[in-house]
Amino acid sequence: MIGQLTKAERQYALLILLGLALCGLIFGIAGKDDPLGIHGALIGVAALAGIFKVISVYYDPEPGDERLTRYYDDPTKFGIVLAMIWAVFGLFIGDWVAWLLVKPDFTFNAGWASFGRLRPVHTTSVLFGFGGNALIATSYYVLQRTSRARLPDQLSPWFVLLGYNLFCVLAVTGYMMGITQSKEYAEPEWYADIWLLVVWVVYFAIYLRTLARRKEPHIYVANWYYMAFILVIAILHIVNNLAVPVSFGSAKSYSLFSGVQDAMTEWWYGHNAVAFFLTAGFLGMMYYFVPVRAGRPIYSYRMSIISFWGITFFYMWAGSHHLHYTALPQWVQTLGMTFSLMLLIPSWASAANALLTLNGAWDKVRDDATLRFMMVAAVFYGITTFEGSFLAIRSVNSLSHYTDWTVGHVHAGALGWVAMITFGSIYTIVPWLWKRDRMYSPRLVEVHFWFALAGAVVYVFAMWNSGIIQGLMWRTYNESGTLAYSFVDSLIAMHPYYIARAIGGLLFLIGGIVGAYNIWMTIKTESKILPQSAVDAPEPALGGEAVLQPGE
Amino acid sequence: MFGLHYRLERKAIGLTLGIILVASIGGLVEIAPLFTIHQTVEDAPDMRVYTPLELAGRNIYIREGCYACHSQMIRTLRDEVERYGPYSLAVESKYDHPMLWGSKRTGPDLARIGGKYSDEWHVAHLNNPRDVLPVSVMPAYSWLLRTTLRTDDLNAHLKAQRAVGVPYTDDMIANANKDAYGQAAPDSPYADGVTQRYGKATNVRVFDGKPGELTEMDALVAYLQVLGHLTDAAHKTVADVAR
Repeated sequence: MIGQLTKAERQYALLILLGLALCGLIFGIAGKDDPLGIHGALIGVAALAGIFKVISVYYDPEPGDERLTRYYDDPTKFGIVLAMIWAVFGLFIGDWVAWLLVKPDFTFNAGWASFGRLRPVHTTSVLFGFGGNALIATSYYVLQRTSRARLPDQLSPWFVLLGYNLFCVLAVTGYMMGITQSKEYAEPEWYADIWLLVVWVVYFAIYLRTLARRKEPHIYVANWYYMAFILVIAILHIVNNLAVPVSFGSAKSYSLFSGVQDAMTEWWYGHNAVAFFLTAGFLGMMYYFVPVRAGRPIYSYRMSIISFWGITFFYMWAGSHHLHYTALPQWVQTLGMTFSLMLLIPSWASAANALLTLNGAWDKVRDDATLRFMMVAAVFYGITTFEGSFLAIRSVNSLSHYTDWTVGHVHAGALGWVAMITFGSIYTIVPWLWKRDRMYSPRLVEVHFWFALAGAVVYVFAMWNSGIIQGLMWRTYNESGTLAYSFVDSLIAMHPYYIARAIGGLLFLIGGIVGAYNIWMTIKTESKILPQSAVDAPEPALGGEAVLQPGE
Repeated sequence: MFGLHYRLERKAIGLTLGIILVASIGGLVEIAPLFTIHQTVEDAPDMRVYTPLELAGRNIYIREGCYACHSQMIRTLRDEVERYGPYSLAVESKYDHPMLWGSKRTGPDLARIGGKYSDEWHVAHLNNPRDVLPVSVMPAYSWLLRTTLRTDDLNAHLKAQRAVGVPYTDDMIANANKDAYGQAAPDSPYADGVTQRYGKATNVRVFDGKPGELTEMDALVAYLQVLGHLTDAAHKTVADVAR
């Protein structure tokens, strides 16, 4: 796949990989008495593998200039495959830890396999591994089509994609060795954080450099979201990960902020990782793939403007609703609650924009499981954002906080919205990327859809029930005015719901495996390859870019 | 307004700056004042820092991901105060880099677990929770009792803590690994230094039931036993504080 690199790019690639290998060596030596040493070795091995790969194609003939007449989709293809690998892995670990709450002794008596270490393996794999790869892969694709410009070069997209995956591997292997900052969704330690920052800066540079060469006067709305996703994640990442390492040879660091300031910073980050990773990025996906798949223009250009700036502004205030009734000053809690409620307006404007775009194409929603994935995603987005605003109300939060209700809410968003819009987009993009006339098996797409929907619904209902029961049991008083239930009573009451949740997760995992198989077979089965079209327009039948440009 | 946007969306740099500006306001308004408004964190002159052993135990708590299932933040709600103790104050996590307030109670809150159970109970419970509570879903941490605690780098840990604002003295940093050993070996010559540097109320005893051996279990139990006891500010009434 990297055969497309020019001679100069191959040389730069070797240079970068040598630098990376050197970093690995330094960390390996400096951290030889520490888990950091293992990560140094891992970085070194990854760099060496890259060096061998580049050397193996180094003397291959250079690609001709005719490559510049086509979009550069090799990194997108690879990113989609990586996304599906992370999806199956992350969903498997998720379901595994769900069963750990039913059968807590399935840990082989080993630290790496206990709930506390595997839980971030699950969250990082699905959010950053699956979600992040899908975002990077689709963003390259969407950026080129909506700008009618090729990516600026062929090396930096690979650097971002592979560098990002190195970050994810460092994160996940680190947790199993006990390397963690303990900040939820920002667990990776300082060296991984610095590496991600480098990758991220290059990522945004790709965006700006491609946009600078665009042949469309307007920047399409999907790109606004992708840009907000990259930019704001960078801001959040930098501020929340400020820390002082114990030493250069130690994986451990201590965060710069403490106590209440640290808590506020963490949930400002945490909630906006939801907003700008799991919402803005995937809205970018939605604004491209829903209209192209439905063959309909976006319903309202103005609604997309209002929802874009509403989300960008309001979300950044909402994080403090994670800290109701805590030692955080009440004025911050109140601001968080207020902005969380206002967030409903831009959120529902986005969901409505997606659903109204389907007007005139509902027959396709009925017949086409891929479009149905995206429709259900928009519905779940609407439900989850409503639930989110509701849970942010202080008095509701007093019941729901610390319970499984939060877990159910997150999974309504992650399974129902993020995963479904991603699967819909991937099923749209895979036949186009590999020049097939359709997926290997449309029937299996249908099977995946029903497994995913059933799994998500079972999961969310189980957690709603357990969360509300938990919250009520903790605050129930008996007639004599003392607490009616011990904590253990509430734990026993959770047991059936933990089983139901694990079954829901299993259904979703099975759907994911079916999807991965279908995608793999589509790539492998070469019988239905379409002729390479001269302009490499994805679907000429859709009327080209005119469909995608926002109306006046 | 839409006309303005029609022009803005033709400029990549304009859009970039617009996003940064609009997204920065919320954090600036909500986070920056927490560092400047004095009442955000209460005064507690008796607040002490973690001993090296407790800090090592805290790092084990972090390493094992205990925070995923246990909060350390008692909210200002009647049922929480009656179940767990006085609600948590900001000052109590003043030296917590990072904080471990948590977000989920698969198990109970631990903000005031210190002193509630005996060391023997903690050791048995961590070794296999189902030995003391058959319905528990907590993982067993039996290797803690078998693993020797790493102490050679504790002075570097204390130094890094001082760099982020925890008032460790030079004396504390220089004696970090001796203090870690001494706190779990009351009969050793190093025990006196611990109470000298960290106060008379510091727990100095064999935490894991295995005298002469400093294990990760010692550190984790020492940490759990100090939770809620770094200051007694939360136990004072509002009137006390005002006086």
